[in-house]
Amino acid sequence: MRRARKTTLRLSGLAGIAVLGMVLAGCSGGGGSGDPKSQNLDGKGPITYVQGKDNSNVVRPLIAKWNKAHPDEKVTFKEQSDQADQQHDDLVQNFQAKNANYDVVDVDVVWTAEFAAKGWLQPLTGSLKIDTSKLFKPTVATATYNGTLYAAPQTSDGGLLYYRTDLVKTPPTSWDEMMKDCDIAKQAGIGCYAGQFAQYEGLTVNTAEAINTAGGTIVGKDGKSPTVDSADAKKGLQRLVDGFKNGDIPADAITYQEEQGRQAFEAGKLLFLRNWPYVYSLAKTDGSSVVKDKFAVAPLPGNGNGKPGASSLGGHNAAISVYSKHKQTAHDFIEFLQSEQTQKFFMTQGSLAPVLASLYDDSELNSKFGYLSTLKKSIESAVPRPVTPFYPAVTKAIQDNAYAALKGNKSVDTALKDMSDAIKAAGSGS
Amino acid sequence: MSAIAGPAAATAEGRALRLERTGTANKVGKRRRRNQSIRTAISAIVIVVWCVAPFYWMIVTSFRDVGFTFDTTPWFTHFTWDNYVTALSTNLGNHLGRALLNSLIIGAVTTVICLLFGIFAAYALARLDFRFKGIVMGVILGASMFPGVALLTPLFQLFTSWGWIGTYQALILPDISFALPLTVYTLTSFFREMPWDLEEAARIDGCTPAQAFRKIILPLAAPAVFTTAILAFIASWNEYLIASQLTTDATQTVTVAIAGFTGSQPHQEPYTAVMAAGVVVTIPLVILVLIFQRRIVAGLTAGGVKG
Amino acid sequence: MSTETATPLGTVARPPRSGLKKQQRGQARWAIWLILPTMALLAVVIGYPIVSAIVMSFQKDAGLDSSTGMFVQGGFAGFQNYAHWLLQQCASSGGTVACPPGSLGAQFWNAVGVTFFFTVVTVILETVFGLWMAIIMNRAFRGRGIVRAAILVPWAIPTAVTAKLWFFIFSAAGVANALIGQRILWVSGEWSSRWAIIIADTWKTTPFMALLILAGLQLIPDEVNEAAKVDGASTVQRFWRVTLPLVKPALMVAVLFRILDALRIYDLPAILTGGGGGSGNATTTLSILVVQQIRQGPNSASALSTITFIIIFLVAFIFVRFLGANVVRTQESQQKGTL
Repeated sequence: MRRARKTTLRLSGLAGIAVLGMVLAGCSGGGGSGDPKSQNLDGKGPITYVQGKDNSNVVRPLIAKWNKAHPDEKVTFKEQSDQADQQHDDLVQNFQAKNANYDVVDVDVVWTAEFAAKGWLQPLTGSLKIDTSKLFKPTVATATYNGTLYAAPQTSDGGLLYYRTDLVKTPPTSWDEMMKDCDIAKQAGIGCYAGQFAQYEGLTVNTAEAINTAGGTIVGKDGKSPTVDSADAKKGLQRLVDGFKNGDIPADAITYQEEQGRQAFEAGKLLFLRNWPYVYSLAKTDGSSVVKDKFAVAPLPGNGNGKPGASSLGGHNAAISVYSKHKQTAHDFIEFLQSEQTQKFFMTQGSLAPVLASLYDDSELNSKFGYLSTLKKSIESAVPRPVTPFYPAVTKAIQDNAYAALKGNKSVDTALKDMSDAIKAAGSGS
Repeated sequence: MSAIAGPAAATAEGRALRLERTGTANKVGKRRRRNQSIRTAISAIVIVVWCVAPFYWMIVTSFRDVGFTFDTTPWFTHFTWDNYVTALSTNLGNHLGRALLNSLIIGAVTTVICLLFGIFAAYALARLDFRFKGIVMGVILGASMFPGVALLTPLFQLFTSWGWIGTYQALILPDISFALPLTVYTLTSFFREMPWDLEEAARIDGCTPAQAFRKIILPLAAPAVFTTAILAFIASWNEYLIASQLTTDATQTVTVAIAGFTGSQPHQEPYTAVMAAGVVVTIPLVILVLIFQRRIVAGLTAGGVKG
Repeated sequence: MSTETATPLGTVARPPRSGLKKQQRGQARWAIWLILPTMALLAVVIGYPIVSAIVMSFQKDAGLDSSTGMFVQGGFAGFQNYAHWLLQQCASSGGTVACPPGSLGAQFWNAVGVTFFFTVVTVILETVFGLWMAIIMNRAFRGRGIVRAAILVPWAIPTAVTAKLWFFIFSAAGVANALIGQRILWVSGEWSSRWAIIIADTWKTTPFMALLILAGLQLIPDEVNEAAKVDGASTVQRFWRVTLPLVKPALMVAVLFRILDALRIYDLPAILTGGGGGSGNATTTLSILVVQQIRQGPNSASALSTITFIIIFLVAFIFVRFLGANVVRTQESQQKGTL
């Protein structure tokens, strides 16, 4: 016993470290002066463009081109990691440090609201206004927070329905049609439909698509009050739940991210697959693909009213940091990024979906990218994921509850009620 | 097992309790011993297979053509080096080479700092007499068991505001928090073992203290320090929690690189290349550990903490 | 046994030849200067962060100003962040409500349960298998060197690599399913995902337990076992009556270390299942919950990490106090027998 007490005493020495640390603990705080939003609006000069890993070498040639034309306003490329979390943290760190060298930053569509609400993004108003009339409306919505445009849509992405042309002559235009086609899959002994249903961001995308397609919404116009507890939303989620229940969506699909679905489709084990455009060229060229000449793409199936389904949007927005010293140059550079030539280069060089509607009718691009006209329909009728400063909490609210419903651990009603409550809690802080 | 025929004989099942001093005892004893060595042999094989099979599977897969990722043939088929080329290439945005360098730098700096500080503390704990020794030892043991997340939250905030995310010091400092305690008590255990009397003997034989230190203590302590260095290095090399949260691309360590290994497309999970990367990261450690097996086992059991 | 004969703590392990008080005082002064740098460094790398975590945990996280839509600082929170986790209370317009499913706050007690479940099961499995491995390795047989080398392989592989490896083994079309002829979705099921982690952890860590226990086993003199044999004890009896009691001090320390290590489990579930499985959070441990919270609200995350730290501290305290795992002493005595 005595021995034990001695040792506990020793372990409690741990607390001693803490006490020692107390002496060292200081306070850190930052001071600020003036509203950076109203400063340097017409500043011109060299700037830095910050973006994640430029894997397909799109950005460098573009910047070289810009620099040739603007020798006094040269752009330096700051390349970040290729992992979203790290990009996010790097931006936060530099914004917190009021780093003036992060002039133009490339932000994932779902971060835009958070950075805007933290006061780090320059509103694109007044002399910094950009022309959004030629852009897809939904892409503009991803960059708009509280009625103000905080970033310029730069690239986009939308979901497509991949289907087997050898088994289905005309692709289904509605969910119900697709479910009827599932008999074909049964006869062929393969799975009918799959999307991304593992518990991660892809599930938010797929859940939002199901709900929005059925006419429901996740959040109201203000971007934060939940509207997901509605009859239409229920119809949407119910479709996925029923799909799992009656086997039209194979049970494996609950573990699918994009890749597992692609592999299953390429192995000929799926009749329909919801996925991004990247699958198209892979399924055509992969050595192991058995569907090379046996598939095509269609818009996501709709609600039976002739309109295609509502895809969720991927992609990135370009924003100007409020701490930039050369905001006019930054603005010009953003316009350059949105120009038709640049957008076309994004597509040809990096397979990045343009935000300019006109390019989707470009015959050269269409002959090169067979899915382009379908993708246009997808993005046109897309609905952005909730634009909220609390996106991580909101997406978790959607994922967790949708997942429980898909697994049959929760009724659709309860799942939507919980989802609604959790979205609400996300907006009111902890 | 003793070589003498065990006086305690047993039934054929080897479960009898009673002593039997009969003429057959010897024979039965032999059979029993043989049974036991068969059981030991089977157990040993089970242990070896259990420990090595998953590692073997990683190696087999790493040499398999990506088109046959899920082939379950238990030996090498569709042999290719491609996965290693993929794992080490930077075309897909993976920087395993740089990650190896980062881990090497972070591990080396951490180890050197921990040794510089730890050697003195360990010497004092092993050799000197002072009050609060138990408390100091307790603090150090407690510190080594400190949960990483308890450090992570404040460090994430502090380093963000200092602009330290993506620097080496942002990983070295947290690594010290577990590598230093490990260093101190592994060294302490080793130092307690050393025949310090030799030092005195050398002094009596006319060596100056410096000479005694250089000629006697240093050679004696070197293996201990070396082993401790390996353990501290491995601990730092294997760290994932903090590295995964406080790095950017430039300072990514191997564990983070492997966990986030990406394929040619944003959503692709290239298993065979990941296994190849795993082998690249692991083989140096396994070789190191096997070469210095004895010392590492000694160090581990002295330290008693997982790397 | 060896523990009982160990030198009492606080006195010299090897008494100096001339027990002069003066010399002792000189030693103490030396010792302080030798130990001070280490303690100071630990204060910087552990003490300082901990204190800032505690300070942060009493601050509110930034919230939105409803009129401008911009973030504003939260101010002093009192124990609100702690209540948020422990009572699973979430702020709502004008008050608090029970945290709804799908918020991190609703997951606290689940995460505590998952963490303790992993701890109990893995430590039991690793102790039992570790003991078995150690006993085998303590026998003399040809090829013992190979077993001892093999056992170091899982230990040497970084946990992150281990997780990727088992993720591959446990994939739907993977070799685990091929071996058992099933098609289990390992990482998705509530229990299968947990067992996947337990199996991977047991594989990775049992060797370490085995080595620690082996060190304890080697302290047992052959004569003790021989004497028991002469007295007619069976193998089973000798295990329970002789081996186990003698190896207990080493075992207890190994178990304590494992428990503390298992309570902070992060790498395996984070990479293998991402904390998912079951209805989504079947393998979310406390450490994973902290990491998920860090970007959503650092002050709240600080409260959670402080709670985690206190839980681990309490477990260590209880274990040492009531089960008598004497870490320091066993370290010292074990040291004398090994090597």
